Amino acid sequence: MIGGAVTLTELGVILILVAVAIALSRYRSVDLERDLMLAVVRSFVQLSALGYVIQAIFDSESIWLVCLLLAAMVAFGTFTAGRRAASVPGQYPIILFALSLAAALTLGLIVVLGVFPPTPRYLIPVGGIVIGNSMTAIAVSLDRLGDEVHRATGELEATLALGATWRQASTGLVARSLRSAMIPLIDQTKTTGLVTLPGAMVGMLVAGAEPLEAVRLQLILLWSLLGSVAMAAVIATSLGSRGFFTPAHQLRDLERPAE
Amino acid sequence: MTAKRGGRIVLEALDIEIGEGATAVVGPSGAGKSTLLRLLNRLADPDSGRVLFGGRDLRDLDPLEVRRRAALVPQLPALLGGTVGDEVGAARRFCRQAPEPDVEGSLSRAGLDPGYATRRSDRLSVGEAQRVMLARALALEPEVLLLDEPTSALDAAARDEIEWTLQNLETERSLTVVLVTHDRAQAKRLATRTIELSTAIPAGEGSR
Repeated sequence: MIGGAVTLTELGVILILVAVAIALSRYRSVDLERDLMLAVVRSFVQLSALGYVIQAIFDSESIWLVCLLLAAMVAFGTFTAGRRAASVPGQYPIILFALSLAAALTLGLIVVLGVFPPTPRYLIPVGGIVIGNSMTAIAVSLDRLGDEVHRATGELEATLALGATWRQASTGLVARSLRSAMIPLIDQTKTTGLVTLPGAMVGMLVAGAEPLEAVRLQLILLWSLLGSVAMAAVIATSLGSRGFFTPAHQLRDLERPAE
Repeated sequence: MTAKRGGRIVLEALDIEIGEGATAVVGPSGAGKSTLLRLLNRLADPDSGRVLFGGRDLRDLDPLEVRRRAALVPQLPALLGGTVGDEVGAARRFCRQAPEPDVEGSLSRAGLDPGYATRRSDRLSVGEAQRVMLARALALEPEVLLLDEPTSALDAAARDEIEWTLQNLETERSLTVVLVTHDRAQAKRLATRTIELSTAIPAGEGSR
């Protein structure tokens, strides 16, 4: 391999390590052989397809195709996070709105401030990272919110009984849900470079970039993510918490969906 | 009126009037006693029928104001954190229209030494927590006090003390009290009228 380009032969050779994993799984009766093979096939098919799509978009240099691809990522992210947040009433439109707004604001700011030019080469990978991380944060925060509301029914009703609005009554739960969504990324940002090398930086180093150049790009990504994840989770939990209450500040009589 | 909870009808075709003074609501568990209290301060709405408060439909009143006028003391300790003083003054933090809390007065009316105000609310015994919740409700200066099994978590001695406190409250001020209890003897000791709810509706029937 020279200058970051990997050939199909080299790709095939690395399957040896997958074979090791499969052999170990069988040896210790972990029963993950099928899952491992499925993971390899899926990753190959999905990433190759994505590679062709991105190549096509690069060739066309169309900003509209970029938007279309990002919209598809948002749609898929909404679906994925929505299934995790099944205990939150009306979760899909909320997630769609939170994810779109967080991604649009983050990418918009990056472009307007001149950090990256508005070209497919920057918008697609950065958009993908922003949408992916925001999706996870939304899923975690809403899932946690649902748990908190169902666990703290007594507290919520006791607070409402004192004349609190639904928003006042749910402030504590929303804050706890936000913390659980934000902390993983904050911890990851704190420990970055100490335990693991982040993905984008690894990619740039392998592709032959100068280390400090790679560091700067990685910091831009990490810091942007802090902002977009915070926005996504705050929007999702603010809108999501409303669904648990009636306009008369009553806790809705919701049956917990089956897990 | 009729009311459902968790998809099950818990109160059916109920038609009652609660006057001034103390009224006890008795019945086996699942008879809808707690649900009735939640209807009275609009933590829930009936599925059919209506609840009148001073002749007006509860749905026409501001729900937050209704909850301050008809204060509920929940069955299980549900304290908000902070000091006991914060707890008693909580309603005022939520709304400026709530009365300025008389923390010491409310604590002593609930049978607690005013010195409790500086204690942390998460370090209280169940009996103390029950009294703090009572003080918190009294600080709202309500017209109606809704008590949900106020002594069910307490031993006999603590129960007697709370009952004594409640009897004093009734005589001290013109307060309408609705007391939910499974203990008929307690109903007789504390209330002048008793409403009997029965578990007429077995689980499963009337499901959504």
